[in-house]
Amino acid sequence: MSTRDLFTLRNSHFRIGVGLTAAILIVTAIGGFIVLPFAQPWVQFANVWDAICSAAGVPQRVASVTAPEQSKRLSEVVLTSNTLARPSQEAIGRGATLAQRCAICHGPTGISRADSPNLAGQYAAVIYKQLHDFRSGARTNAVMSPFAVNLTDQEIADLSNYYAYLPRLPAYHPTPQLPKPNIVIYGAPLRGIAPCGACHGSLDNKTGSPWLEGQSEAYMKAQLQAFATGERRNDISQQMRNIARAMTPQEIEAAAAYYASQPPDVVKAVD
Amino acid sequence: MLANRKLILAHFWLAFAVFGVALTLGAWQMFIRSPIGTWLSDPELYYRSLTAHGTVMGYVFPTLVAMGFGYAIAESALEQRLVGVRWAWTGFGLIVAGSIMAVIPIALGRASVLYTFYPPLIGNVFYYLGVVLVVVGSWIWVALMSLNLRIWRKAHPGAPVPLAMFANVAGSYLWAWTAVGAALELLLQIIPVAAGLKNTIDAGLARIFFSWTLHAIVYFWLMPTYIAYYTIVPRAIGGRVYSDSMARISFILFLVVAMPIGMHHTFADPMVGAGFKFIHSTFTALVALPTLLTVFTICASVEIAARLRGGRGMFGWIRALPWDNPMMLALAFSFVMLGFGGAGGLINMSYQLDASIHNTQWITGHFHLIFGGAIVIMYFAIAYDLWPHLTGRELIDVRLIRTQLWLWFIGMIVTTFPWHWVGILGMPRRMAYFDFGDPAIAPQALSVTFSAIGGFILLTSGLMFIVILARGMRAPQVDAGPYRFAIAVHQPKTVPVALNTHALWVALMIALTLTNYGYPILNLALSSGTSVPAVYVGAQ
Ligand code: HEM
Ligand SMILES: [Cu+2]
Repeated sequence: MSTRDLFTLRNSHFRIGVGLTAAILIVTAIGGFIVLPFAQPWVQFANVWDAICSAAGVPQRVASVTAPEQSKRLSEVVLTSNTLARPSQEAIGRGATLAQRCAICHGPTGISRADSPNLAGQYAAVIYKQLHDFRSGARTNAVMSPFAVNLTDQEIADLSNYYAYLPRLPAYHPTPQLPKPNIVIYGAPLRGIAPCGACHGSLDNKTGSPWLEGQSEAYMKAQLQAFATGERRNDISQQMRNIARAMTPQEIEAAAAYYASQPPDVVKAVD
Repeated sequence: MLANRKLILAHFWLAFAVFGVALTLGAWQMFIRSPIGTWLSDPELYYRSLTAHGTVMGYVFPTLVAMGFGYAIAESALEQRLVGVRWAWTGFGLIVAGSIMAVIPIALGRASVLYTFYPPLIGNVFYYLGVVLVVVGSWIWVALMSLNLRIWRKAHPGAPVPLAMFANVAGSYLWAWTAVGAALELLLQIIPVAAGLKNTIDAGLARIFFSWTLHAIVYFWLMPTYIAYYTIVPRAIGGRVYSDSMARISFILFLVVAMPIGMHHTFADPMVGAGFKFIHSTFTALVALPTLLTVFTICASVEIAARLRGGRGMFGWIRALPWDNPMMLALAFSFVMLGFGGAGGLINMSYQLDASIHNTQWITGHFHLIFGGAIVIMYFAIAYDLWPHLTGRELIDVRLIRTQLWLWFIGMIVTTFPWHWVGILGMPRRMAYFDFGDPAIAPQALSVTFSAIGGFILLTSGLMFIVILARGMRAPQVDAGPYRFAIAVHQPKTVPVALNTHALWVALMIALTLTNYGYPILNLALSSGTSVPAVYVGAQ
């Protein structure tokens, strides 16, 4: 009883086992790679090899089709959770110098007295992405865009690192801390809205999503409305547009008011 | 009495202890996402629980049962001393260490990636390393099963390998090879990203590797159950195995066709060509064959028992069966659940039909019915049957055992039938809560509530099982005698070499893996631009 008696054509089990397996494989392969592709009248194949490649999933470049022209620019930034991780002291120092021209709106400590966003202690990846998008035109703003167009990649990285480094201070428009509204902790499952907190803190943080505690209520409301109307479109894969479009005006109010009323130390508990 | 009682008991007790914990989590999940629960203010907790439940129920629990049962078979079917006991304890130790290593990050909310890993979602590296340790521990068992059979063959040249051991080793080879897919995914793709060496991952390729594991692992879970069908039940009810060769052919077929069919889990995935999906779908249809053979052979074996007990008539013999015997009861329940689950499986394996139930609650209903129902109820039966041989004490509470089996059966039906139903209505799986107040899904509230009630029946039954075994450790002592397996009507004197060895079938299994997976894997591995940024759990 050695393998020599097993793996030989004299052994009927070998003949039948291998033969049947091979036969089934060949028949199914002919079915899957030749018969079925041609059975689809709505697809045209130049020849059999073309059909086989298509059924095998060989990546193909379709020459005759060009991508539709984009009327508006979209974000081209790629973020990973390592983007700008572990900045050097020099980078932060350079960022501090550059940030002097931002202070007029975003405040000398990164806390805005107007309705511009607070930047102190914001995640570096978030500022990095927004600056890139302002520079490329994926996001536009009459005040902000002119500042961003002339920034180099290095300057954008330095600015992001600097603001991320600043301590998170309380905002300038204190209101009593509001309880969490449903939209923040539960979202609205039937309308496909994930809880705000699942990306923006409170529950979890996802790369590229800012923490929102203490931001100006007016600013957040305006952004949600801009996402909802499609006026703002630099969110990757429409992540925010899809959500904002499905939100009711009351939910937009509630979410903006809630986050504006939160002190920044809530954020620390999460990250 | 078995010589390696401590080893086998350690495997079983650990298996049933983690089962008890995961079962409790399962019942909590059922409750919390049903209309009787309140919405979780932190849905992340649901995914933590789900990751723990899936990891334990999918990887740790069945592997330990297969291992413990495997050692018992090697010792009693071969009637020789188990070689490599120290290695066996090492394997067990690795599983303990791996489980602890995996559970800590899950509990801390650092690995809520679910047991299917879900890249580009990436959790804490220790979670994956823990899973790897569990797999490595089980590979030691595979090697020991192979080694012990080899030693036996040397001492019994040309003799037929006892069926239980033949099947046990087939199951171990199936596991060794199918675990390679997930191992490649973990070692080549996920762990480097989790350890921070890379920050992008080819999620499509990862899914293909996982599908390599995901189908045949199901048959690895099923092996102890099928071994029990063939080699325990007929003996326990006073019958005989209708055909020894039929049994061998079934296990061989599992070895060959359980592997190259995993892409039926990627029907909805764009990165696999439709031709390969068709091949996998057709081979999936073939895997029904060994199950049909088994159902036929076992029904015939049971009929033999009934006729030996004086059963008459075309169907009248069914009444003559020993229905108060827990083994008989477990087998019948298992077959009923296998029947319903198998019918559902036909829908899953059909490319087009699958589209309507893909990623819905139907899927969870389906695998709970087959796995939690048909398979696990036989794990209970195996434990009950082996217990006196492991403890030297009798399980006296037969009524309690019967109640436990009944409750598991009823609970599983009450849980899974409505679960399937809401799946057909489109309810997605892996959701922490549903807005049953919305008129669109309000009618599903009743079904989900029934499911949750079924979940509590199951929890009760599972806890009863553990109590019965624990009480069995303190019952009056008996001499259970040697542990025996069922014999066939025609107990074979010689068996053709192909039905007595695994080499040919293992070769076919590997060959079919290469033909059915080779191109899709190479295609993605060699193309550039197929990776996406990793999303780290709990990281900004
Ligand atoms: C031995 C029996 C069982 C096994 C092998 C088992 C296995 C599994 C597995 C592998 C998953 C998938 C996890 C995932 O989607 O990532 C799961 C999910 C789940 N199980 Fe179990 N389970 C068992 C028993 C139970 C019981 C008894 C209950 C209820 C009391 C239960 C409730 C659940 C629930 C609610 C889910 C999540 C479904 C979802 O949200 O998609 N399980 N189970
Ligand atoms: Cu499968």
